[in-house]
Amino acid sequence: MKSPYDGVAIVGAYNTVQAKQLPNWTESGLVLDAIRGALGDAGLTPADVDGVNVSTWVSQLSSRTVCQWFGGRPSWTGTSHPGIESVLEAAAAIQSGQAHTVVIATAQCGEYTERESTVSWTRPENEFVECWGLYTAAEFALMAQRHMHIYGTPREAFSEVAAAIRSNGALNPDAVFYGRECSPAEVENSRMVADPFRLLDCCITSEGGAAMVLTSTERAKDLDVKPIYVLGGGLDRQGMSYVTAPVWEKYGWVGRRAAEMTFEQCGLSTRDVDFAEFYDPFSFEIIRQLEAFGFCKEGEGADFVLEGRIRIDGDLPVATNGGILSYSHAGVVQLLQKPLNAVLQLQGRLAPEITLHQPKVALATNGGSGALFCDVMALGSEPV
Amino acid sequence: MSDSTPATGRPQTPLPQPTELSKPYWEACREGRLTVQRCKSCDGYVFIPQPCCGTCLSEDLEWVKSSGKGTLYSFTTVYRPQQPTFEVPYTVIVVELEEGYYMLSNLIGVEPDEIKIGTPLEVFFEERSEEISLPFFRVRAE
Repeated sequence: MKSPYDGVAIVGAYNTVQAKQLPNWTESGLVLDAIRGALGDAGLTPADVDGVNVSTWVSQLSSRTVCQWFGGRPSWTGTSHPGIESVLEAAAAIQSGQAHTVVIATAQCGEYTERESTVSWTRPENEFVECWGLYTAAEFALMAQRHMHIYGTPREAFSEVAAAIRSNGALNPDAVFYGRECSPAEVENSRMVADPFRLLDCCITSEGGAAMVLTSTERAKDLDVKPIYVLGGGLDRQGMSYVTAPVWEKYGWVGRRAAEMTFEQCGLSTRDVDFAEFYDPFSFEIIRQLEAFGFCKEGEGADFVLEGRIRIDGDLPVATNGGILSYSHAGVVQLLQKPLNAVLQLQGRLAPEITLHQPKVALATNGGSGALFCDVMALGSEPV
Repeated sequence: MSDSTPATGRPQTPLPQPTELSKPYWEACREGRLTVQRCKSCDGYVFIPQPCCGTCLSEDLEWVKSSGKGTLYSFTTVYRPQQPTFEVPYTVIVVELEEGYYMLSNLIGVEPDEIKIGTPLEVFFEERSEEISLPFFRVRAE
């Protein structure tokens, strides 16, 4: 069975510096740094690029502006938001011959200065949401609370998830929380944010940029890189994020359709997945995704994680770079960094302590239950 | 509590900005009525307000009175506020209304460790501006 994206390879993956704040950087500067880094990584030059997808949240940088940076040469511009959707879009453009070499980039900085409030991208302005004091943590907490009610999910499982992922970040010199080890007890003892989430259950906020380069497998053969293959992927959107009540029975398994599509496209199953770069905004979301995608039965995600299986030495390491709980969470940039980190891990380019032994298949996700969308893609060190 | 003191103690929190679509909803709230859209073609309830029915896409929707009675579907007690004008802790809830639709609100008058999913609730309104009265929920005696 061939992947629908057969013939497409990821040949460049680059993260800029990530930090809680980058006061000396602009989003444009970060995007350029990321693009140069990813092209250099692939051994390509700006003249090789004929497709571009760049967007930023704060300064609203557009793909066509960035084409101008390239001297107006690229002919194809992507319109998808950064992340899995933009990678799938670029792969489809290459496969259909609309573009040969596509660079995807994004960056975010300079926005979060007023720390009395939660960061603005977490605050819904909607008239049926904002007045009740919701923000992202509360949205996801409403899902977690319902899951605990239905399945009796113990809080200690949340602490294990957060500790497991934060422990990966502690070993990653590129992580914002590098060196900050974390035990389940520390998570359990951190202050309450939005019940049942404590501070260390919640992702961090930071700034940074990232870029990825895709080309045909034909061209990849001439490059001095280990190409990574797009095996499959799909979207699962359930309307607008953060405007309506997050009702578990309606939206709790969001992403399942995308995972089923992904596995169907490449003929693989959960048993074939070596590690998972799951969206980790809050500890609970990992438990939910394990259940939604079929890594365990509904309601058994807590047992799965409490057996140590998502730890870096477990059979399904999750968020191997430390995820957005510890590595970096620069707004929309993390959406691209999920598949991007799968690439780095598959290429064996992370720090030795968090490098897995010759992994072949990765699953990456964007979005989760509180956001009412969850996209999924599979990447491999070999084509299927 | 006295009539002049908001039950939530936080009158400076952000208020809804009604749209063309939601204006009837907020006008009814101001008059102390909870309303919801209902599809005349298939009888389904629609919330939050939409231009059409999510089941049959009919635009033939009418605003009808909701009983304002429901049960607590899920909750989170928030200790780190969205903005400093929110007084913590406050409890965000999802209510399942008798009509079968869901809405977000705040639960008032229950200690955080006494909140239980499934508790019967009823709506009450609190005036926040000339234009806006917010629908909060409290425990309903069965």
